[in-house]
Amino acid sequence: MTTHADPDEGTSGDPATIIEVSHVTKSFVSPDGSPLPVLDDISLDLREGEIVALLGRSGSGKSTLLRCIAGLIAPTDGTISYRGQALNGANPGVAMVFQSFALLPWLTVQQNVELGLEALGVEGDERRRRAERAIDAIGLDGFESAYPKELSGGMRQRVGFARALVVEPDALLMDEPFSALDVLTAQNLRAELLRLWREKGFPTKAMLIVTHNIEEAVILADRIFVLGANPGRIRTVIECTFPQPRDRHDDTFQALVDQIYGLMTGRDTRPPAHIWTVATPGEGSPTDTPLPQASVGGMSGLLEILVAHGGREDLPKLAHDLTFEVDDLLPLVDAAQLLGLADVDDADLEITDEGRIFVAADILESKQIFALEARERAPLVRAIYKALETTKDGNLGEGFFLDLLRRGFSEDEARQQLKIAVDWGRYGELFDFDGNTGQFTLDHRHDPVPT
Amino acid sequence: MVGAGVIALLYAVVRLGQSMAVNFTPGRTPVAISTDIADVPYYAARSLLRMFLALGLSTAFALVYGTAAARLRRAEKVLVPILDILQSIPILVFLPIALTFFITLFPDNLLGLELAAIFVIFTSQAWNMTFSFYHSLISQPTELDEAARMYRLTKWQRFWKLDVPSSMIGLVWNMMMSMGGGWFFLTAAEAVTVFVKGHGLAESLPGMGSYMAAAVAHGSYVQVSIAIVVMVVLVVGTNFFFFRPLVAWSDKFRLESSESADKPRSIVLDLLRRSSVPRLAGRVSRPVGRMLDRATRPFGLAEYPLRTDPRRRHLGDVLFWGAIVGAAATVAVIGLAYLNAHLGFDRFPGLIGFGLATFARVVVLIVLATLLWVPVGVKIGMSPRLARYAQPIVQVLASFPAILLFPFATLVFIDLGIPLDYGAIVLMMLGAQWYILFNVIAGASSIPNDLREMMVSMRLTRGQRWRKVILPAVFPAYVTGGITAAGGAWNASIVAELVSWHHHTLDAYGLGNYIATASAQGKFALLIAGGIVMSAFVVIVNRLFWRRLYRVAERRFTL
Repeated sequence: MTTHADPDEGTSGDPATIIEVSHVTKSFVSPDGSPLPVLDDISLDLREGEIVALLGRSGSGKSTLLRCIAGLIAPTDGTISYRGQALNGANPGVAMVFQSFALLPWLTVQQNVELGLEALGVEGDERRRRAERAIDAIGLDGFESAYPKELSGGMRQRVGFARALVVEPDALLMDEPFSALDVLTAQNLRAELLRLWREKGFPTKAMLIVTHNIEEAVILADRIFVLGANPGRIRTVIECTFPQPRDRHDDTFQALVDQIYGLMTGRDTRPPAHIWTVATPGEGSPTDTPLPQASVGGMSGLLEILVAHGGREDLPKLAHDLTFEVDDLLPLVDAAQLLGLADVDDADLEITDEGRIFVAADILESKQIFALEARERAPLVRAIYKALETTKDGNLGEGFFLDLLRRGFSEDEARQQLKIAVDWGRYGELFDFDGNTGQFTLDHRHDPVPT
Repeated sequence: MVGAGVIALLYAVVRLGQSMAVNFTPGRTPVAISTDIADVPYYAARSLLRMFLALGLSTAFALVYGTAAARLRRAEKVLVPILDILQSIPILVFLPIALTFFITLFPDNLLGLELAAIFVIFTSQAWNMTFSFYHSLISQPTELDEAARMYRLTKWQRFWKLDVPSSMIGLVWNMMMSMGGGWFFLTAAEAVTVFVKGHGLAESLPGMGSYMAAAVAHGSYVQVSIAIVVMVVLVVGTNFFFFRPLVAWSDKFRLESSESADKPRSIVLDLLRRSSVPRLAGRVSRPVGRMLDRATRPFGLAEYPLRTDPRRRHLGDVLFWGAIVGAAATVAVIGLAYLNAHLGFDRFPGLIGFGLATFARVVVLIVLATLLWVPVGVKIGMSPRLARYAQPIVQVLASFPAILLFPFATLVFIDLGIPLDYGAIVLMMLGAQWYILFNVIAGASSIPNDLREMMVSMRLTRGQRWRKVILPAVFPAYVTGGITAAGGAWNASIVAELVSWHHHTLDAYGLGNYIATASAQGKFALLIAGGIVMSAFVVIVNRLFWRRLYRVAERRFTL
């Protein structure tokens, strides 16, 4: 197992390279016209005989990257080629498995699987035979005439796999294929996929999986590309060379998971990507330090559990105990970090002194502590509070803040940010928000912040 | 047995179709509309055929126009506004224009009249179906779009495997609504007699509308009643034999991944499914499908290049918009010159006066219908048992062409000496009110059980229940009903502000009367001017009033 931070290995011309991504950037246009970078200078390749995982948190642009590779969307800059041919349309050598299955509900299992063959012009008996073979291989025999809505999630995703594999793609792309399934079903289907992969004569030569599940990546992949967020960029490439099947209780396995946890919560050394750390009061702006997608209740709950665990706990263990996915846990961790109530150190979450006081306090006191921290350290909350203070009547429309946010976020993200700020502001009784008129009002009922 | 029924149906359609192209040569007696009861089945069949031809035409139009609007980047910006305009034009304005056009096309043949009638029904059905299809296409789930592109479906395959199926439920629902509205315009279009230029003959199409008109001209209660009964049978029959099966069948195109709790069912569909029809149809259609699939391959994949040359794109934009602006300007100049020459713009203020009178009627009838039907609708909707029986009945009432009731109402007005200025409100309401009732029932029946139990357990007073729970809960549905009712009322004003019975004619001051008169006298400039003013009223009220209510409903009162 080796770790190296240089993903940019030119392998062009190598006959074993199936897909090559070189210096790809992707920006969307923000509502006020400025570009919003989603992917920043990504280079990677997919070679014959390997499984590659793109691992990242939400906002790392990993699904966008996968869609660029699939030829569904065009990168803003850089090229993607399949077997040496630059893409200008859907990638001809790949099939894709979708997070939401993307089955046509009006077609039976058999018809869904035949879809790709039909598009290729395969007709009659051959089409039926090949579809039946794929259905059998993935363990769906007997369900040929069922409609997708009659099936469980796990069975539906099997149809998704059968549909993808029946066209015998050169490479198989998977977009969080197991994340809509329950833990056991996902585990089962993963094992099934690995079994097929190891079989002789399996026509697909490489697989690329997008996931936010660290364990999943370590179980499946030969190489893991860890993506940083905002904008997405490759932070590290990890080669997993230890043999299949992998045991999640193995020490090497656990050590690797821990290491990746550390990577995904730690500080990204390269500016301007922003990873949440304990914010210095008064620093950061609403656009460069977005609020994490966390509810106050969720964050308090996490801190209480942390105190119950003695104030310091391994993040993978916390996630496991709570049966949380990374994407469930990390926003809460981010929020606690941002507010200075906890800190991450080497994949361990540790409570701070303020955090201890916050947890021990009664509801009114904890609200006051929260209000104080949020007003100082959460840039958007601070910006709203300050702006309201400067107005005569303590009133401002949401449009003012949305305009501000639109400089750094898409319309949806801007609204999401404002929603979190409203939630936090209301909890801390800093300001109130009228959903009908879109007006922010300074909360004068009582001043909870000791000044 | 079912197969034999299908064959008999096909035979009947072919025979009816042949009789559409009857010649009428100058000098011969016109095709008189008899009021003989023995002819009623034939007239009913002709009317029905017209409706279905128009429905087929509307469906084809919706599929083609909707696809063009959703898939062609430049065309979308033009096609959607055009559709929006078309939708706000009162349908009956199309009638005289279509008549003139098609009769010039087929001067010696009833086919011209026939086509004009079908065209008018088409205009009453096509727009909302097209909008529904277009909206389904642009709101197609991203991952299905991606799957279709990823698996390299051809354009043709994508259209039939993804685009049409994923829009099916909305399309079928709108077909049903369109068909319901269409009966009104069918009757209106058939009842029109055309003065054929050159040989001084009045012509009208054989059908239930013309039968009714003849009965009214004779002043015969019996025949008017027969026409009404037959119409009810037609509306109910179409629902039972056509739309129920269609709705039940289309349920399999639901996009939600779980099965709906109460699936629509149809006895007719069950019967059809158990018969040999599906197998036979499959045997015929499969080779045809394969052939079409192969034949359409040259049209290419449902894909587009990721990169296009920005200069070529820009040049294309310039040419396209140049052509569009040029065409629009030309049409506008010609139209304005025509109106100015035949009418003069100083006539428009007067038209607005007419429009205000009709507008006042629409307002009064919406208020009346609201006061009357909201409480009734809530009562029915809150009782599941009542709702189950009432819903189909109200649907029939909404589909039933209220024009057929006008003669009776007119009689009453004449007897009681009520001027049509007020009477027209009742006439317009006869058709429009059901939309409010229908939607309020739907809204009230969707109030969650939890909320109903809460009202009881919290011991809310009657007033509190209405103010805090019921009215907010049915508000979104009411707005939908209100906007449809208002649209229907404007359309109805054209036939409601000028009515006759036997030798009496009543008229009311209003824009509908103005348009009806212009239409009867063949004065196109007046007709177009009236149509423009009425469309403007509809659009302005929709923008300023209904759309705002919609937004409030969506934001605050969606359950």
